[in-house]
Amino acid sequence: MTARLFELMLKAAGYTVVISVASIGIGLLVGILVCAAKLSPRPWLRWPAGVFVSFFRGVPLLVQLLLIYNLLPAVGIVVPSVVAALVGLSLCTAAYQAENLRGGFASVPRGLLEAADMAGLSPWQQFRRIRAPIALRLTVPALVNEAILILKASSLVSVVGVIELTRTAQNLAASTYEPLLFYSVAGGLYLAINWIVAGGGALAERGLRRGRLA
Amino acid sequence: MSFDLAVVVAALPAILAGLQVTLGIWLAALALGIGLGFAVAALRHFGPGPLGLALRLAVEVLRGTPFLIQIFLLYFGGPFVGIRLDPVPAGLLGLSVYAAAYFSEIFRAGFVAVPRGHVEAAQCVGLSRAQIVRRILVPEMTMLVLPQCVNMAVILVKETAILSIIAVPEATAVISALGSQQYAFVESLFLLALIYWLLVEACGWAGRALERRLSKFRFA
Repeated sequence: MTARLFELMLKAAGYTVVISVASIGIGLLVGILVCAAKLSPRPWLRWPAGVFVSFFRGVPLLVQLLLIYNLLPAVGIVVPSVVAALVGLSLCTAAYQAENLRGGFASVPRGLLEAADMAGLSPWQQFRRIRAPIALRLTVPALVNEAILILKASSLVSVVGVIELTRTAQNLAASTYEPLLFYSVAGGLYLAINWIVAGGGALAERGLRRGRLA
Repeated sequence: MSFDLAVVVAALPAILAGLQVTLGIWLAALALGIGLGFAVAALRHFGPGPLGLALRLAVEVLRGTPFLIQIFLLYFGGPFVGIRLDPVPAGLLGLSVYAAAYFSEIFRAGFVAVPRGHVEAAQCVGLSRAQIVRRILVPEMTMLVLPQCVNMAVILVKETAILSIIAVPEATAVISALGSQQYAFVESLFLLALIYWLLVEACGWAGRALERRLSKFRFA
């Protein structure tokens, strides 16, 4: 493989990272809303959130991507394929992140909330000072895990025509007739990115543990 | 946008055939993945050091790369090293090896989680190594790892959809082909999503029922 082709692969890996980071970010925002709806006392909020989570966790990402890619034009929304891919990835990870957050909120020790009650904190103060910080801290390992899953899952957006790492490897493998080489390099790049993410996650967890309460 | 279910109804036999392939590959990969994963976990736990290291590396690579890349490597790269497989065997082999990597990690954690005291007690009453594995480790571990195994089974249902990309005639391939032939993408893809959704929910439900039934064997 020439240096020029390797550079092409590296650039594509960068694109994969951009797509994954964007999906994780959007997914976190949507996930927070879905989690809030799921924890709400109002059934008309809780119900749709439950269906959302169940659907996006129960249907293969590939099928979700094909559905969104074909559904948007059918209802008159014409967007570039990368937008359809981002919508699909973000909604899918939002469902998983909402569940992770819910787990985090459920694990906040009851005693802390009772203590906050005794100290006279208002429900909003309790949320801002106690529940949210602790729940977020408890969710960090799951978030790192989810980031790695999404990095790997982003290979599927190649199917709707986004030229990221997997699609680039596919194109180069076809044009040079060297699939072993290009798919191995692509696999190696995914592995390297994942190790970096996992290492960063471990560092973040150590940093968070230093300032922890519970 | 039109929504015409007649297209789907007309193609029902083909859809059922695709569904059969999905279920067949899923169950076979599940069984092979559990068997192979257990062997890998046992070898890493009890086997010699260098072998454990090699297996650990293989598991890391399989868990750190996308399944799509693995299947491309096997299906398109395989013929260059003498592995020439049709889509269905290639898909089954790829999915089983992929599953085995994840199952081996689940079982490894399970081995470690069985209380040492139970194994020591078994040694004291004179059970052989094979008896300890069969009577103590495996039953106790089964209860510990069951929830994660059900979770993995659900993930595998969803991964079978990826095999459509190498032309395995399973549900996703059949139904999305139907969509493009008849120009009925929306109907067929909704049906497809519904099928997977039901399958995944049913699998989760069966898993929880199994956990309840087996919970009497729980030691702690």
